[in-house]
Amino acid sequence: MPDTTITLDVFRFQPDGGGHARRSTDGPTFKAYRVPYHEHWVVLDALNWIKDELDGTLSYRWSCRMGVCGSCGMMVNGVPKLTCAAFLKDYYPGTIRVEPLTYFAVERDLIVDMDGFLGKLKSVKPWLIRENEKPVDEGEYLQSPNELASFKQYSMCINCLLCYAACPVVGAEEDFIGPAALAIAQRYNLDSRDQGAAERADALSADEGAWGCTFVGECSEVCPKNVDPAGAIQRVKVDNVKDWYRKLLMPWGHR
Amino acid sequence: MKQRYGTPLGPTWFLGRAAYRRFMAREATAFAMAVFLVYLLLWLRSLGQGYTAYGQMIELAKHPISVFVHGLIFGAVLYHSATWFNLTPKIMPMYVAEEKVPDFWAAIIMGYLPCVAVTTVVLWAVLRSAG
Ligand code: SF4
Ligand code: FES
Repeated sequence: MPDTTITLDVFRFQPDGGGHARRSTDGPTFKAYRVPYHEHWVVLDALNWIKDELDGTLSYRWSCRMGVCGSCGMMVNGVPKLTCAAFLKDYYPGTIRVEPLTYFAVERDLIVDMDGFLGKLKSVKPWLIRENEKPVDEGEYLQSPNELASFKQYSMCINCLLCYAACPVVGAEEDFIGPAALAIAQRYNLDSRDQGAAERADALSADEGAWGCTFVGECSEVCPKNVDPAGAIQRVKVDNVKDWYRKLLMPWGHR
Repeated sequence: MKQRYGTPLGPTWFLGRAAYRRFMAREATAFAMAVFLVYLLLWLRSLGQGYTAYGQMIELAKHPISVFVHGLIFGAVLYHSATWFNLTPKIMPMYVAEEKVPDFWAAIIMGYLPCVAVTTVVLWAVLRSAG
């Protein structure tokens, strides 16, 4: 081991007792691991080193190691981060506390249950909806660069869920659709090829939809892809209000 | 239902993270605005009650504690307004000739400039009638 090391305080929880010598009734605990310190290492490298060298039972998700797949999100010193993009040098020589994303149920160690999120995502119908699908041989739906630019930012989401772990409304209201799913809904509503805004309206305007948001804004701060879900949600609210007035003033009008 | 990590949130939930504290500061300063509006209503009432009541309100307002509280409320309202002006471009992105106006300028154009303009007009009207 090199002279310099750094300590990771890692959240451990194995509901089945696992290979870890604990019973399910023990509840979660933290375990400290001393890891070699390299300037170019990220927290994920350190976790991989722990798994390879110290404790093979440590469980966590990761894949791309380059901020693309969105699977390595964890709390690093209390802040939601992609661990493949959180450098040890930014925390050295302090101890780094690694926890699963807050406000999610923990499956095991650093792995959270994503099912709730996937259900919410599905509820906003995140795909192109057309009143009439045009036959494939008539070609694609064309779009100008400006039309693309109007929603491109919101389409960059990698479903890493950092924004959910940043949002106190998610913490308080389990059913809140949440930042990413709302931003993605807005992404489709803004897409010139989409005609499904009416079908998404009920989910978006519900209490668990955009109006659940109190605009804390932290989702946009932690988002690694600059999606700005907070901005997207406020725009959903503005559109929602416009729709409401439109229906009030022109009840006969088909939106 | 599985217990979610970090829940339930306690009454001091916002103390744990800087971003949550900023949010609370923004929301709590709105309370100062409400207090001031109630105070304005009291002025209005004293106006209806006649000359002596109104005079008492003026005396009350001149008291050092009152001046201090006015200062506090003014600061809180300024802070509250500034946070919302800064957030406006996120809620309503501004476009000129299909180009997005940078948030900094959009906040000035949509928030600060109109605010300064209206304040100037009001100040001018009040000072003119006072002088
Ligand atoms: S909006 Fe950002 S933080 Fe939220 S899931 Fe998508 S990429 Fe992650
Ligand atoms: S491992 Fe893919 S985003 Fe971090």
